[in-house]
Amino acid sequence: MSNPIIESGNVAAAMAVQLARAEVIAAYPITPQTPVTEKLSELIAAGKMDAEYVAVESEHSAMAVCIGAASAGVRAFTATSSNGLLYMSEQLHWAAGARLPIVMCVVNRAIGAPWSVWNDHQDAISQRDTGWIQIFAKDHQEIVDMTLKAFRLAELVHIPVMVNYDGYYLSHTYMPFEPPDAEHVDAFLPAYTYKHALTPERPESLNTVTLPDARLDVDGIKRGGYMDIRHNLHEEMGKSIEVWEEIDQEFQALFGRGGHPVIDPYRCDDADVVIVAMGSMANQFRVVVDRLRQNDGLKVGILALQMYRPFPSAIIAEALQSARHVMVYEKGLSYGNQGALYGDIKSALYPYPARPRLHNFIAGLGGRAIPTESLYQTMKTACEQDLQTPSAQADAPQWIGLQL
Amino acid sequence: MKTTARTTVLNLTEEEFIHPGNRACSGCGLSILYRVGVKALGRDCIFVVPPSCLTVMQGLYPIAATQMPVLNGTFASTAAIATGVKAAMRRLGRETQVVAWAGDGGTSDIGIQALSGALERGEDIIYICYDNEAYMNTGVQRSGTTPQGSLTTTTPFSGKSEVGKDLPAIIAAHNPAYLATCSASYPLDFHDKLLKAKQIKGLKYLHVQTPCPPGWGIEEHMTVALGRAAVETGLFDLYEIENGRMQLTGPSQQLLAKPTLRPVREYLELQTRFKALGDAQADALQAQVDRRWAGYRDRFR
Amino acid sequence: MPDPRFKVLTSASTSGPGDAGRTGSWRVERPVIDMSSCIPAKTGKHACHLCWLLCPDNVVSKEIEPAIDLEYCKGCGICAQECPVQAISMVPDADFLEGADSE
Repeated sequence: MSNPIIESGNVAAAMAVQLARAEVIAAYPITPQTPVTEKLSELIAAGKMDAEYVAVESEHSAMAVCIGAASAGVRAFTATSSNGLLYMSEQLHWAAGARLPIVMCVVNRAIGAPWSVWNDHQDAISQRDTGWIQIFAKDHQEIVDMTLKAFRLAELVHIPVMVNYDGYYLSHTYMPFEPPDAEHVDAFLPAYTYKHALTPERPESLNTVTLPDARLDVDGIKRGGYMDIRHNLHEEMGKSIEVWEEIDQEFQALFGRGGHPVIDPYRCDDADVVIVAMGSMANQFRVVVDRLRQNDGLKVGILALQMYRPFPSAIIAEALQSARHVMVYEKGLSYGNQGALYGDIKSALYPYPARPRLHNFIAGLGGRAIPTESLYQTMKTACEQDLQTPSAQADAPQWIGLQL
Repeated sequence: MKTTARTTVLNLTEEEFIHPGNRACSGCGLSILYRVGVKALGRDCIFVVPPSCLTVMQGLYPIAATQMPVLNGTFASTAAIATGVKAAMRRLGRETQVVAWAGDGGTSDIGIQALSGALERGEDIIYICYDNEAYMNTGVQRSGTTPQGSLTTTTPFSGKSEVGKDLPAIIAAHNPAYLATCSASYPLDFHDKLLKAKQIKGLKYLHVQTPCPPGWGIEEHMTVALGRAAVETGLFDLYEIENGRMQLTGPSQQLLAKPTLRPVREYLELQTRFKALGDAQADALQAQVDRRWAGYRDRFR
Repeated sequence: MPDPRFKVLTSASTSGPGDAGRTGSWRVERPVIDMSSCIPAKTGKHACHLCWLLCPDNVVSKEIEPAIDLEYCKGCGICAQECPVQAISMVPDADFLEGADSE
């Protein structure tokens, strides 16, 4: 077991990429992700990491470099934030459709306009339908561990993985964490190989125009069309949840950490009211939960969602079955509708006869502070009102901390 | 400074790398280039191809016309994808050539940012732009390199009013390791420039004028004759730039000895895309060619 | 290596002829070579072979007597246009249909 160190979340991510022996790093600066790529350039320049460092001219090209490298069978990494993620959106769909096991850290930040460099989750949420696996870390230790596990997952299921963590709250704060030791990482994460890797010895044309219907190949074997390939992506994304759980067990056996790879419940067992949140806000809620239980006698728990895509509907529905109320707090939304996570949870619960009542809260957009005190107060008010006077299901999200 | 290899039709390898029965149009200039060009590249290469006629020509899943590995990618990112593939080859300790092969829209318009980045980084790749002077794969829309006066489906009545981009000059401003212009009508010249490019480290850019029968409004059998007319009228010049020095090559170099070139009208009148070009515009074009060639004669003769 | 439970379907194509089918069916005229004027055929030596070099579709052979693969020849006529001795003529394919003479 290595000794804990105190470093920023961005450095934690870079250390994980170093330990994972990523071989091609595509780098383009954007706040608040920039220190990840700076740190990686430093590690490579200092001879502490052996990788190709490509300083590209845009995020679109950053993902293109990763696509090229991964298609040739080499482990690739990049990191971005906010509009950078959106600029590479086309490439995200491409990487997933091509089934390339690229890992990318997304340091979550609000999207312009207007410009904001501060944190929310709208960047990642807006890319939820790209076919990428999306996981959310809530502290520095999870940034390191999840990034390493992400490489393993990506290469086992051949689907790219986006490791999300909150801009500034996690990226720029300094917290203690244990970096896994390199020897165990090598045992955990074997070298990447790809059956369709570009090579003159076995020439194939990748991502060719694909017809709506199945077609015979040169050997007379029927090959599915576009829809069949996309269906396979969907099916195998769903099956990735199970693989993610298995990876977590392997990781736990080697490093002694883990156990809650998909959802991380805190004091949910007997809870009447369960809060659901992603990222650092979920950790912030632990204090709120403790206070509500201690001061107000409210049976409240917090369920941190670690894996957002594929959406673990069955796992979430089961976890929320015994709650009477579910409060979904999120830092992003589907404009003109409701919180994206809220909609997903509602849909996950729909098939079950005993459905808790759901409440949606939008918080922290563009870095608007989310004081723990205000979380406590909104929760307390909501619990007291709703628990005593049940009202009709109200879908409209409540915005926390508006200053209009 | 000159192309050193001298391949002739007799010693050009008979080995073929592109299967017949592909989806290229009848009389396709790109097909000639592709077929002969890959003979220079050989099997130890990987192609990176954005949306273009080449995407369609090299096969629909699960059949490929090309016998070499091809990575199809998004329109704007050809040079960046090639960068990633080349980085992977270095990691794998392989000398495999990485060859980006894009059209004029994919190079001069949507792909120019990625190409400019790759040029600035000096990526060790070959980038081939086959310039058929419009978005042909989507049905002949104007591109950055479409010449002035040319009819396209988006410049339908009086032709494109703007002058086309001088893309090789834009590339030259990046000081690439090697730059050459080529023509589909002189496939051996292209072949030998590729042979030379293979020997050079850094970014090698080859810009190839590629006549397109449906796009230019010419009969299918006129593809080669048209490209030749473009060179012989002095409208499209074949040259190389190495270490900042420009030199006319092959057929264009031979024109230096001639007192006059074929009139540009001989080229323009063969194509329906120049139907809307007026006399004044044709004269202006002729004057422009005359001026450029007078300069060449001063410099190179 | 991917988990064996995963199929990982992608669009990875392998090479072979006739992706677009028998493209000879696109043709309305076919090239016919007059071997008495074709340079290599006449001299019995490898020479010229421009029809082979300039064929976009790789259907002309580089032989003393060049052969054309009509299965895939699209009939563009570049070979006929570029032949330095006009040894190739483009003849309507209809003339070669079975029973064309008797109609």
